[in-house]
Order: sequence, then C-alpha cells, then structure tokens
Amino acid sequence: MMSKRLTIPVLLIYLLLSLLPIYWMLNMSLKTNAEITSTMTLWPSHLTLDNYKAIFTDPSWYQGYINSMIYVAMNMVFSVSLALPAAYAFSRYSFLGDKHLFFWLLTNRMTPPAVFLLPFFQLYSTLGLMDTYLAVALAHMVFNVPLAVWILEGFMSGIPKEIDETAYIDGYSFPKFFVKIFLPMIKSGIGVTAFFCFMFSWVELLLARTLTSVHAKPITAIMTRTVSAAGMDWGLLAAAGTLTIVPGALVIWFVRNYIAKGFAMGRV
Amino acid sequence: MKTYNNRAWFLILPVLLAVAFSAILPLMTIVNYSVQDILGPTQKVFVGTDWFKQVLRDDELHGALYRQLGFSLSVLAIQIPLGILIALTMPARGWKASMSLVLIALPLLIPWNVVGTIWQIFGREDIGLLGYGINRMGINYNYTGASLDAWLTVLVMDVWHWTPLVVLLCYAGLRAIPDAYYQAARIDGASRWAVFRFIQLPKLRSVLMIAVLLRFMDSFMIYTEPFVLTGGGPGNATTFLSQYLTQKAVGQFDLGPAAAFSLIYFLIILLFCFVLYNWMQRVGTGDKK
Repeated sequence: MMSKRLTIPVLLIYLLLSLLPIYWMLNMSLKTNAEITSTMTLWPSHLTLDNYKAIFTDPSWYQGYINSMIYVAMNMVFSVSLALPAAYAFSRYSFLGDKHLFFWLLTNRMTPPAVFLLPFFQLYSTLGLMDTYLAVALAHMVFNVPLAVWILEGFMSGIPKEIDETAYIDGYSFPKFFVKIFLPMIKSGIGVTAFFCFMFSWVELLLARTLTSVHAKPITAIMTRTVSAAGMDWGLLAAAGTLTIVPGALVIWFVRNYIAKGFAMGRV
Repeated sequence: MKTYNNRAWFLILPVLLAVAFSAILPLMTIVNYSVQDILGPTQKVFVGTDWFKQVLRDDELHGALYRQLGFSLSVLAIQIPLGILIALTMPARGWKASMSLVLIALPLLIPWNVVGTIWQIFGREDIGLLGYGINRMGINYNYTGASLDAWLTVLVMDVWHWTPLVVLLCYAGLRAIPDAYYQAARIDGASRWAVFRFIQLPKLRSVLMIAVLLRFMDSFMIYTEPFVLTGGGPGNATTFLSQYLTQKAVGQFDLGPAAAFSLIYFLIILLFCFVLYNWMQRVGTGDKK
C-alpha cells in the first residue's frame, strides 16, 4: 500500500480538522448561553451540564430520540431487504427496460424534498397513517431505496458471475447460494448501504416533521423548538446535536466489521 | 454477458411498487399546479405554459442557477479527489480501521439544521474558533459581511460535512477488491501508482459513480445549511436554487410558478446526472481495454 510515512500524517490531519467543528459543538453544549455569545473560550469557564439535564429529564425531548430510532430502524430494514433482490436482478440479468428503470430509480432522489410535502400529507392522511412510525419509514424509502439499489448493484457487479454458476453446479439452491455465499461476499457493500440508509433517514427533517405531530415526532423536529421568539437556545441545541451523533456512531461501530474486513475469500 | 431473463422483473417488483407509490403522486401534483393558476380551493384557471415562460425569463433565477452550478462543480472538484485520497490512507483492518471509520462518519450524523447553527457560531470572528483563528492569522475574515467569505464558508462547511460520504463509499469499494489482484500486481512488480491507476481506480468505478451523482444532486439541492448559516446573504451571494424556490413557494405563495420552477429544477438535475452517468460509464469501459 501507500508508504506509511505519508499516509498516517494525512489521515491524522484530516481527522483533526474534521473533528474541530464537532469539538466546538461539544464545547458549546457545556457552556451557558451567556458565555457562548460573549467570548471565545476553548473550554467552558463555567462548565455546566444543565443542557443535558434538560434533555434527559423531559420526556418530550428524549422521546424524540426513541421515535427517530424506531422509524429509522424500520426504514433501514425495509430499504435494504427490498433493495437486495432488485440489485441482484439489475447486476445479473438484462430484461425489458432494465437500463431505463435503473436510472429512473435514482431520479426519485433528484426532486427537492419540499415537493413531496403536500402530496405526502394528503396521501398519508387518506390512508390514516399520519403520526405513525410506518408513515415516516415509508416516506423515507423514496430516497433510500434507490440509493440502496444503486450501491448494492455496484458491489454485486464486482463479483464475477462464475461464482453463481459454480454454486449451481455444486448443487446450491438459489436462496441458499444467495444467503450463504453471495451476501458474505458483498458485506462491505451491505454495511455501507445500511449505514447510509440510517444516516439519510436520521437527519431528514422536512418529511418527518410534516408526517408526525405528537406520537412519532422525531428528534430533528423537536430540536427546532430551541429557536423561539425569546431568541436562540444555543447551548441546548448543541447538547441535542451532540446526542444525535451517539446512535449513529453506535450503528457504524456495529457495521464496521462488515465495511472494514476484506473480501470473503470463501470459494474463489 | 448478462442473461436475458424477463422473470428478473419479479425481483424488481417490490422496489418498483414501493418507490412508484411515493413518487408518481407528487409528480402529478406538481405538473397539475404548474399549468394552472390556483385562485382558491375551487377556482382554477388553466394557463398552459405561462408559468414556465415567466420562470425561464427570471433574471434572479439565472443568477441563482450560475451560483448553484459554480458551487456544485467546486463541491465535486474538491470532495471526490479528497475522498479517494483519505480512503486510500485508512488502515485496512484492526482497531485503527474501526476508530477512523467511526470518527470520519461523525459529521454525517449531525442533523443539517444543527450543522448550520454550529458553523454560525464556529465561523464568527469574535466568539467562534474558526473565525477567531483566521483573523488572528492576519487574514480579514467575516462571513456575515463579505460575499466571498460567505461563499467559501458554505463550501468549506459542505466539504467538512459530505466528504465522509465519499470516503466511506471508496473505503468499502477498496475493501471489496480481492487480494488476488494485489498479489498479481506484486508479482508483476507494479508501482504504487500503477496499482492505483489500473487496479483500484477501475474497481472503484461503480462506487465513484454513485459518489459523483449523489454529491452532485445533493449539493444542487442544498438548502438547510446555507439557509441557517447565512440566510442566503450577504446580498444574495449564497442564495442557491432551492432557497430561491422556497422563497417563491412559501414566501410569496406563488404555487404555479413554484411548481413550474420545481419541474425545470428537476429537469436540470436530471440532465446533468444523465450526462455524468453516461460519461462515467464510457470512461470506465475504456479502462478495461
């Protein structure tokens, strides 16, 4: 690989710069609003945990995290499990309209999300799904499923077709081949797809806010209440922002082995 | 060669239904609005292509479009090479790989309105680390006053926020390259550059295609972050297309022109993505010769 002398400093400098704004957010979350808006301090001079206390003691705050996690998890499972067979079909077969269909899928990501607001509101009201986890999970599939199909197709196309054929000759049935041999070979792709589905659904605000009111209200929507007529509650917003990173960091920690470990060399 | 098999449609069907269910209806609504003047809940006048003509002649829109193109192309020019570079420097396995993966992904996980808010403080010359630091270095920097500073701040924020996406895609793509390729290269005595140019880059083609298309379309629709950070100002230095659209749709409640604008907006993105997609596919197959 690239020489160690060069790669490690480059990576370290990048990480350092990339963590600076996050450090700043953490720093802000431990300050009082008066300190945030008056002076530049590298570390809070009056360290306070009040912002975090406000979130953890108020159910209307912490319930937001739970709501978000539920619909994001639903969306992640739906998107990846629908996309897997479709991506396999796109990578292995040609069929009527395949190229057009493949590109059309991605065009669903090309519309500004604001365009979906009014129609989705009407659609989900008619179906009686307003303010449910299912509504948000389904709505977010509009941008996550195409993404998942595209990423997975890319990884599947990298696997030579001979592997499929060898497995059939060895007497594997299709489902057994798919789960036992094929999926492990593209697990870095599955890991990264799952993470992206999580991420895009987790940070989405417009649709999630429009489709929920009380029971399924996501944390991103609850956060907007730190902006009020009385001014901005910077510290509280920074604390809420810091906490939103935690579930995602856990997700990537769990899928890291799928992404990091090399090609499964099983039967090549 | 792929086998021709129309039964593959059954594997696609669930995805098709799920996406079409959510995608067709909004599109029809927009088309409907774009050719009508909505005066009230029951009063509508068919106006044909009037809204399209009005939108296409709008000078402010042209300004926003050029700013948007400049921004999106800068985003691609910086984030794609940087993303590949960082992915190449990351260790392949072990705890160092896990640590760098988690740390690199962190900016992606912050909700976009928070990203804008944090940078709003972070960039201030009196109370923010970035603005304070730059000014202490003797460079006059003020993102709320100077157009160029504001534009650069939005760009740097986007690079910070979204380069991790390119890094993660490339990293996963690199990990999917079988070791046999590297062994063959070692036997041939290939240089580091040759390994990158003839093994890694071609194998990264499909993930890079996704990265380029995603970054292009998402940066073309960027809204929340610049809106929170600069509000489109100073002047209209950072008013990009989607913000202009929102001003029309929500601020002035011109649903007809806003819908026509949305359709034109969509077609512009579609056109660019189509060109990029075909270009990258051709480049990729050229490599294989």
